[in-house]
Amino acid sequence: MSRLTAHPVGDRALLVEVADNAAAQRLFRFAHRTLDLEDVIPGHQTVLMVGRDRAPRLEDLGSWESDEEPARADAFPVVLSVTYGGPDLDTVAERCRMSTEELVRRHLAAEYTVAFIGFAPGFPYLIGGDPLIQPPRRTEPRTRVPAGALAIAGEYTSIYSKAGPGGWQIVGSSDALLFDPTRESPALLQPGDTVRLVEGPA
Amino acid sequence: MIEIEHPGAFTTVQDLGRAGYGHLGVSRSGAADRDSLKLANRLVGNPEADAGLECTLDGPRVRLHRDCTVAITGAPVDIAALDGIEVSMNCAFPAPAGSVLQIGRAVAGVRSYVAFSGGIAAAPILGSRSWDMRGEIGPPPVAAGAWLALGDPTSPPPAVDAVPVPSIERAVTVTVSAGPRASWFTAEARRGLRTERFVATGDANRIGVKLRGPALTRQRPDELRSEGMVPGAVQVPPSGQPIVLLADVPTTGGYPVIAVVAECDLGKIAQLRPGDEIRFAFDGTWGREVAA
Repeated sequence: MSRLTAHPVGDRALLVEVADNAAAQRLFRFAHRTLDLEDVIPGHQTVLMVGRDRAPRLEDLGSWESDEEPARADAFPVVLSVTYGGPDLDTVAERCRMSTEELVRRHLAAEYTVAFIGFAPGFPYLIGGDPLIQPPRRTEPRTRVPAGALAIAGEYTSIYSKAGPGGWQIVGSSDALLFDPTRESPALLQPGDTVRLVEGPA
Repeated sequence: MIEIEHPGAFTTVQDLGRAGYGHLGVSRSGAADRDSLKLANRLVGNPEADAGLECTLDGPRVRLHRDCTVAITGAPVDIAALDGIEVSMNCAFPAPAGSVLQIGRAVAGVRSYVAFSGGIAAAPILGSRSWDMRGEIGPPPVAAGAWLALGDPTSPPPAVDAVPVPSIERAVTVTVSAGPRASWFTAEARRGLRTERFVATGDANRIGVKLRGPALTRQRPDELRSEGMVPGAVQVPPSGQPIVLLADVPTTGGYPVIAVVAECDLGKIAQLRPGDEIRFAFDGTWGREVAA
């Protein structure tokens, strides 16, 4: 069993570090399903566990690696339709030393995983993209990025779940409604979901 | 029902928040100074988690359309009056249907709370009636002319006239524990956090309060992968000037957290005005991290 590193976070939370995002997903699902916690928040290589009265202990996580995962009902990829053509598309292609067509082809070909959700409600950090497409954030963040903007920063791809300031490179858009608090399941995507992008109608 | 005649500077409906959706990017939210909202609710006979109004610096004028019991807590204000007659803070008073409640400017602190018997009965979203300004979830900040429904009172107000509350000071000390990334900072930074005075800036809202003080420098320059955040986290951006996160905390963040404010002291952070002084007192966890 691999060793876990844990740091207390205030009165009743514990930040557990793991080797990679796959391990973070597994630990998140285990903690979310089996422990009675107020909140469980996966990060890229961490899981933050907020207890109700006290912080969980590492012993509580004893069996997380050998834990049998129940079959996921939604094991199929979530398909999101996107349109390319954002204001940073050509710059990103140039930076990645490929044509715009090549960038779009490679960006569509990947099978993505929701590494975690953060920044805004329902805002997914998708990993698993083409390793050649890793543009840095914009040096000057935009004061307003529209909801639905398809964006890339480093190894992450995302779709802005609501309008607001943002520093990611915008390469397209999507009309997927990623977060609707009035839905029974407000977030379209959960950590660990598989996502495919398809080019859809503009 | 209550009717907002004048909204004040920034008045929102708040209860104790919507914990449990952090993995979907949803903040806990809820009253920034939770103890003050709980007290207001207790005074009028409500469960502590009922929704009330959170007023920011300049309060609202509200017309009541039902007999109810009201209490005002939190930041003391220059005017608190019912139909022009002064009312005391931190005590319950009866307010008949048709009366007008006026709440003026905060004279110390930032946020005052108003509880009405029965609580504000706005439609809950994800289990809470709180407005989350980062996620834009919940009933939006109150506007002139808005009507808010009240719930049915569950129990009569307790038989107390007034309760003693700690005064809101312009220089505060809050207890912190070592943060998950304390060891990423230099010994000087960790010592500086303990010994130096920090000053609250005007760059403050329900998401967090930016402080000014000696730059907290890092010994590990690595980029931190985004990780979960809690209210009270003292995160340090590249400028070295710390930000204390509050109720509408971003659920994940990429700035290292040097320390975490104890939950019982979070209300003091929520009441910091620009220019107020803040010192950090360390609990026992600090020595261990410094030795690491």
